[in-house]
Amino acid sequence: MLETTNLRKVYPTGDEALKGITTTVNGNEIVAMIGPSGAGKSTFIRCINRLTEPTDGAIHLDGTELTGLDDRAMKTARRNIGMVFQEYNLVERLTVMENVLSGRLGYVSNWAAFRRKFPQEDIDRAYNVLETVGLAGMENKRADELSGGQRQRVGIARAVVQEPKILLADEPTSSLDPESSHAVMELLTEIAATKDIPIIINIHEVPLAVEYADRILGLHDGELVFDGPTANLDDNAKDVIYRGVEPPTSNVDRDVEVPSETGDELIQDRPTVAGD
Amino acid sequence: MFGSQRLKWAVYAGTALFVLWSVVSLLSGVTLSRVSIGVQNGYLLLESMVPPETSSESLQRVYTYLFETVAMAFVATFTGVLLSVPIAVGAAENLSPKPIYLLNRGIISITRSIDELIIAIIAVKAVGVGPLAGIIAISYLSIGFFSKLFAEDIEDIDMGATEAIEASGASRFQTFVYAVIPQVAPRFIGLTVYRWDINIRSSTIIGIVGAGGIGTLLMRSFSRYEYDFAGTILLSIIVVVLAGELFSAYVRRRVT
Repeated sequence: MLETTNLRKVYPTGDEALKGITTTVNGNEIVAMIGPSGAGKSTFIRCINRLTEPTDGAIHLDGTELTGLDDRAMKTARRNIGMVFQEYNLVERLTVMENVLSGRLGYVSNWAAFRRKFPQEDIDRAYNVLETVGLAGMENKRADELSGGQRQRVGIARAVVQEPKILLADEPTSSLDPESSHAVMELLTEIAATKDIPIIINIHEVPLAVEYADRILGLHDGELVFDGPTANLDDNAKDVIYRGVEPPTSNVDRDVEVPSETGDELIQDRPTVAGD
Repeated sequence: MFGSQRLKWAVYAGTALFVLWSVVSLLSGVTLSRVSIGVQNGYLLLESMVPPETSSESLQRVYTYLFETVAMAFVATFTGVLLSVPIAVGAAENLSPKPIYLLNRGIISITRSIDELIIAIIAVKAVGVGPLAGIIAISYLSIGFFSKLFAEDIEDIDMGATEAIEASGASRFQTFVYAVIPQVAPRFIGLTVYRWDINIRSSTIIGIVGAGGIGTLLMRSFSRYEYDFAGTILLSIIVVVLAGELFSAYVRRRVT
């Protein structure tokens, strides 16, 4: 079970990417996190395994608080968190097998890693996982010989071979064609069920999210504006997530249509129009 | 706008004046008769090198010194690269914290700032005449070159792969072995061979200041006016350097 409590991230530039995210991810649910670019989806996922250091708040994974761990303890904790990346992030010059086995590095000594020597059970695990992701027989191919869809499968295999307690996927389908995207989403769903672990998937294609996720987290401008079962994601909720049109209780007057990077310039150039 | 335009013309005018001044001051003693004497002497020198001396005893000496030259380059490349690797890693901005980065960049800049002959002279003063001085000088010179280029190659790697391996719970060392080394290995081999090729060239010249290698023999032949022997030596240097260059080009094409 993953629990984030009031998770905040302020970048050195002063941008507040996460404004206190509190949520819980449980069982073997597929959680899709949607929201416009720059809403903080990646930051949220990367804060969980502290590839990005959170500024404030707490993260509990099966009872262990992660933000306070020192380097060594965090390394051990990371073994329990698998991560899948948008650009696959494989070591292109290594074989499929070596890439998958690199997911077991957290369990072997430096000396074994130096000699590229893994225990037989890790190798067996890797073969099994390769079969699960549909790459049986490809273990000796170099990663740069594979297609995008196949590379992402290697990326997933590398995360699954860790035998993690949770899987994080940061835009896993954004670099893929629609067919491969569906295949990857199906694979992730299957893994959640067979391994009985939850998966958080950052995704900007709402139809894919709706098709595969059990639950949706909607992020807008660093705030969690939607958290509920996929069935509850109606047009109104999408408006809230993507355009920041919020329920009447809070102020509606935010400049949300303007992308944040260029927003300031645009506002300066634009003459003030009454009733704008 | 106006300021930069004026600055541009000032730079042009300054450059032109400087070139003019250099030409005038350097050539003020040159007369037509001096030039013609010089050209004649040069021609005589070349003529006395042809045909090159090919007695078996001389050739034997050339072989011995050529072997020493190539061996010096080989050993110096090995030690130079060995010393360079930690400096290169330290000088790679994506792997090293700021203070270590600055320290190693500083080391690189300093090692690159002094020319090879000066280093060779210092090495000869320190350890005496002979190939050891040459090895020290060339190793030292390899550091600046190799560390700088290799650090840049390390900075060019795909950090995504590094991050992914780190995210799986690997230690820094493991991440280095698994994500950094495979990415830079081809460039490492290419750079090493390239530096070896440069080092062969360097080790032919530093004999002139007594640091071993074929340059020793060349210097000696000049001081004894054995120009035909000097011709043999020059030809042998050309052959060895070209061979090294071809080999290095071949290897580099294969690995990258």
